[in-house]
Amino acid sequence: MKVSLSWIEDYIRLDRESYIDIADALTMAGLEVDSVTNRYDYLNSVVVGRILDIKPHPHAEKLKICSIDIGKHSIRVVCGAPNIYKNMLVPAALPGTRLLDGSVLKKGIIRNESSDGMLCSEAELGLGADNSGVMDLDQKQLVGDNLAKALDLSDMVFEIDLTPNRPDCLSIIGIAREIAAFQKTTIKHPETLLSDSVNKISEFTSIKIKSPDFCPRYAARLIFDINIAPSPFWLQDRLMSVGLRPVNNIVDITNFVMMETGQPLHAFDFDRLSNQRIVVRKAKKGETFITLDKKEVVLTPDMLMICDGEKPVALAGIMGGQNSEITESTTRVLIESAYFTPVGIRKTSKKLCINSESSHRFERGVDPEGIITALNRAARLMSELDGSTLVEGVIDKHSKINNAGPIILNVEDTNRLLGTSLEHNEIENLLKSIEFDVKKTDSGEFAVVPPSFRVDIARPVDLMEEIARLSGYNNIPTTYPVIPAEARKPEKRLGLRNRLKRIMTGFGFTETINYSFINRSSCDNLRLESDDRKRNVINILNPLTEGQAVMRTSLLPGLLETIHRNTAQRIKNLRLFEVGKIYIGRGEDNLPEEIEMLAGIQTGSRTDTSWYSKENGCDFFDIKGVAEGLFDILKIDNIKFACMPDNSCTYTRPGHTAKILQGKKSVGLVGEIHPQALRNFDLKQTAFMFELDLNVLFDLIPETIRSKPVPKFPSIARDITIIIDKDLESSELIETIKKIDEKLVEKLYLLDVFEGKPVLQNKKSISLRITYRSKHKTLEDDEVNYIHKHITNRLLEEFDASLPA
Amino acid sequence: MERTIEQIHEEAFKEIKSVTDSESIKALSSRYLGRKGIITHFLRNISSLPQKKRPEAGKRANEVKKSLDEAFKLALKHLATESLQSDYKIDVSLPGRTIKQGSLHPITQITWQICEILEKIGFDIAEGPEVETDHYNFEALNIPKNHPARDMQDTFYVSDNIVLRTHTSSIQVRIMEKFTPPVRIIAPGRVYRCDSDLTHTPMFHQVEGLMVDKGISFGDLKGILTTFIHHMFDKKTSLRFRPSFFPFTEPSAEVDILCVMCKGKGCRICSHTGWLEVIGAGMVHPAVFENVGYDTTRYTGLAFGMGIERIAMLKYGIDDIRKFFENDLRFLRQF
Repeated sequence: MKVSLSWIEDYIRLDRESYIDIADALTMAGLEVDSVTNRYDYLNSVVVGRILDIKPHPHAEKLKICSIDIGKHSIRVVCGAPNIYKNMLVPAALPGTRLLDGSVLKKGIIRNESSDGMLCSEAELGLGADNSGVMDLDQKQLVGDNLAKALDLSDMVFEIDLTPNRPDCLSIIGIAREIAAFQKTTIKHPETLLSDSVNKISEFTSIKIKSPDFCPRYAARLIFDINIAPSPFWLQDRLMSVGLRPVNNIVDITNFVMMETGQPLHAFDFDRLSNQRIVVRKAKKGETFITLDKKEVVLTPDMLMICDGEKPVALAGIMGGQNSEITESTTRVLIESAYFTPVGIRKTSKKLCINSESSHRFERGVDPEGIITALNRAARLMSELDGSTLVEGVIDKHSKINNAGPIILNVEDTNRLLGTSLEHNEIENLLKSIEFDVKKTDSGEFAVVPPSFRVDIARPVDLMEEIARLSGYNNIPTTYPVIPAEARKPEKRLGLRNRLKRIMTGFGFTETINYSFINRSSCDNLRLESDDRKRNVINILNPLTEGQAVMRTSLLPGLLETIHRNTAQRIKNLRLFEVGKIYIGRGEDNLPEEIEMLAGIQTGSRTDTSWYSKENGCDFFDIKGVAEGLFDILKIDNIKFACMPDNSCTYTRPGHTAKILQGKKSVGLVGEIHPQALRNFDLKQTAFMFELDLNVLFDLIPETIRSKPVPKFPSIARDITIIIDKDLESSELIETIKKIDEKLVEKLYLLDVFEGKPVLQNKKSISLRITYRSKHKTLEDDEVNYIHKHITNRLLEEFDASLPA
Repeated sequence: MERTIEQIHEEAFKEIKSVTDSESIKALSSRYLGRKGIITHFLRNISSLPQKKRPEAGKRANEVKKSLDEAFKLALKHLATESLQSDYKIDVSLPGRTIKQGSLHPITQITWQICEILEKIGFDIAEGPEVETDHYNFEALNIPKNHPARDMQDTFYVSDNIVLRTHTSSIQVRIMEKFTPPVRIIAPGRVYRCDSDLTHTPMFHQVEGLMVDKGISFGDLKGILTTFIHHMFDKKTSLRFRPSFFPFTEPSAEVDILCVMCKGKGCRICSHTGWLEVIGAGMVHPAVFENVGYDTTRYTGLAFGMGIERIAMLKYGIDDIRKFFENDLRFLRQF
């Protein structure tokens, strides 16, 4: 909402110099002033010039070539104005000036003669109506001066960011009222009385409201003998001061009154209304309508229409129709001033995607009592136009509007909520300063009736807010609540999540945060099967881009895209992770399942090239090691990595993927990204990932830790190397040894795995180290050798293995 | 007359002290302790002593032998160390074998800071769904369908009744349905609005705060937020509270802090106002309490919410919010 101080001054006395203070005070009253600009800034490159010389234009009879002194130097301007003379002081617009029609002035060539600027008329500069010739400035002006300064033109315009609860401030008077409240003055309302001696209007027209629920009140007046013409300059000037473009006298007056009072008005060409009457009704199914701005819309039966005897002539409260708009030949006008219910207007406006100054106000709620005032104001202004006559009488159709009755306000409650100690009379005065009617009740409370334009005030707390606002939030004492020293036990999940993040960074992984929405094609890019659970994506009905059209069902697409972005910047060795939710759809009417996941991904070399290391591509066991490291530090035992059948995970490479299990519970998986998936995400180097379901993981973390005694006696280590089938998993050896359940076996280490000569082609050699320890004594070599031999034999038997040659 | 064992001992020590290289030590050691060495010779000659003196002399000679042996070893060790210091030097300017830690996302770091301060004040952390019903995100917060207040937030819709939460305020009602007062929670998390430019991303993070109890006042809201800002920024940061509108609080306030960049002089960051809007806040609207069945005559509450990216941008001097989600390592590694 734009307001100019010059306009506000019509209703209230202001100190224009202290506009900064006024803007600050408005902001602190809850009407946030977003920007303060001088309306005449567009005149910044218009200067006072003196015509030194006038020569005829060699190629155009009506044009002249003028030499203009603009202070520091002189310029040459081609001009066609009839009124120029030597030594005349004129406004000279220099290149760069933004003209009223929005175009920017440039150096140009007019009929083969160059022109460095433009001599302007009042109308061209928006300073008056005169368009007959160049402005003839007072000879007292100084050549070279900025025009705005020379003419003392200054008008500050506030752009106010209004909250939706304050439709009463969508008007100049509304803003003036707020200023009056903190300036402790009163405002002067414009004259709106019309004394109708007879009810002549009823002879010409009638109004019927068929949908009183949507239009509780509709009023109209008639003006005849109108001569459609440009508005008087004062009126144009007011509109221009708040950024509105003047159209013609009738349209300008309706706009002016809307801006002044906040009540949207509409003017119909009375002679274009069939049967010359107004019917307010719902649209018929399939009815169509062409708006003022030439858009054809299809109506539905929930839309309120203003109709004449036959057809719709306006989208009620939103926009008029082409079929009844004011044209140059209009001579008789019906002015509409109505109250439309906010919800109806909003629904229609949203459905048709048509927003207007009018709908903006109606959907927030106009002043139900302001309808006649605004109507009369417009009628008076129109009747003041040359030749026009006001048809006496007003039609004012309305159903009974319920008055809610006074709001009871308790002073103690107010002070308790605000933390203040305001006295009765302070509260009373504050509320009265914004035109609230305040009476004391017998029980010492206040009965408050807000003015009709304050449609946002309904409860005592609404009044408390007004009191807080007017007395100043910054004057409310700062206090601290008393909080008992008891606390709810924090959810385990929160602390663990943070711990996970710390551990991951400790492992050298950098945290990323990727968008929760992903491309619709991501499921295809991950090669998900059609029955994969991850295919149950949540679609966003109004996504910003196709790349953010569905909610993610995996953290991978985000991480892979992050890798892509970084490798494009030649950052190729990456360790990344994200902790975040995935969203699995459960049908359109249900909320999705939100599962918190941890995913880590590694690509490139495991170390950067340095004097002590060479680039060395990471592999499956790097990322598996990270997962193992996590389980180790979280004290989760008995985790198994089980080879997954080929194609059971479509986005990882077959044979290079393991499911992470504890017992039968699946915690997640680890693997190399499938080469096809890599290509789908436009990645050239392979990557290794793990993902963990945090709901499952967190349940595995032991709540408490019991300490165990540290061993007293030394351990003895024995190594064993055997040759087994290539496809045998090393874990089977380990499991078998564990099954032997030899008490003295303490730990098993995998020392080496070797394939290739001299080992046979379908075999591999595996070296294990077993450490033995007793709780009670230092073990003897013989004892250990015996057990070790036993274990070795068991392995040889069990796996049909052999010892190296 | 032959020297006594004590004399030999003394002389040997003198000699050890006077040599400076390991070769001489070895030679010296051999001269005393070698097969033809002085001590060895002395020991052999013990048999020629009178019977009575033999045990004492033998014992003493062996002690000296041991003492000298240790002295020679020690001297060798010292010389070895000395020679390391002078002979061999490493290039200490070579980079070390770095153990590279990863870094936490700046949003995580700021979220932790915010939560830490508020937890200290007495708030517990709560969380809730990000895909949310229209009811919890809007209706229950006194934002009915077809109310212009819905325009304050551009909403992503999943269906007519399901949205991506536009604010963490959606947690308020879920928590109040579950617990009776007193309630003191903060709720950090992702939120979504369809908007994208230098200062808006379609996904961002907020922290919501809610405190409901008997006697909570607007003054308390000011107190808590003042404490918070002073911890988050610094003690000298001025705040101002100005009236605003949120359908679920009344009175509602915007909390501005004096611009951290220009200290109030006016700059691009604060749009030349000298102030930065950082927190939306207010007293819980009675309509919200009515929706969860709290007794509005007994309880009052305060609520506030802030954008984490906004705070992070101010703290770290970041000018483009989109950087947070591009995850460029050169950006992330700065924090």
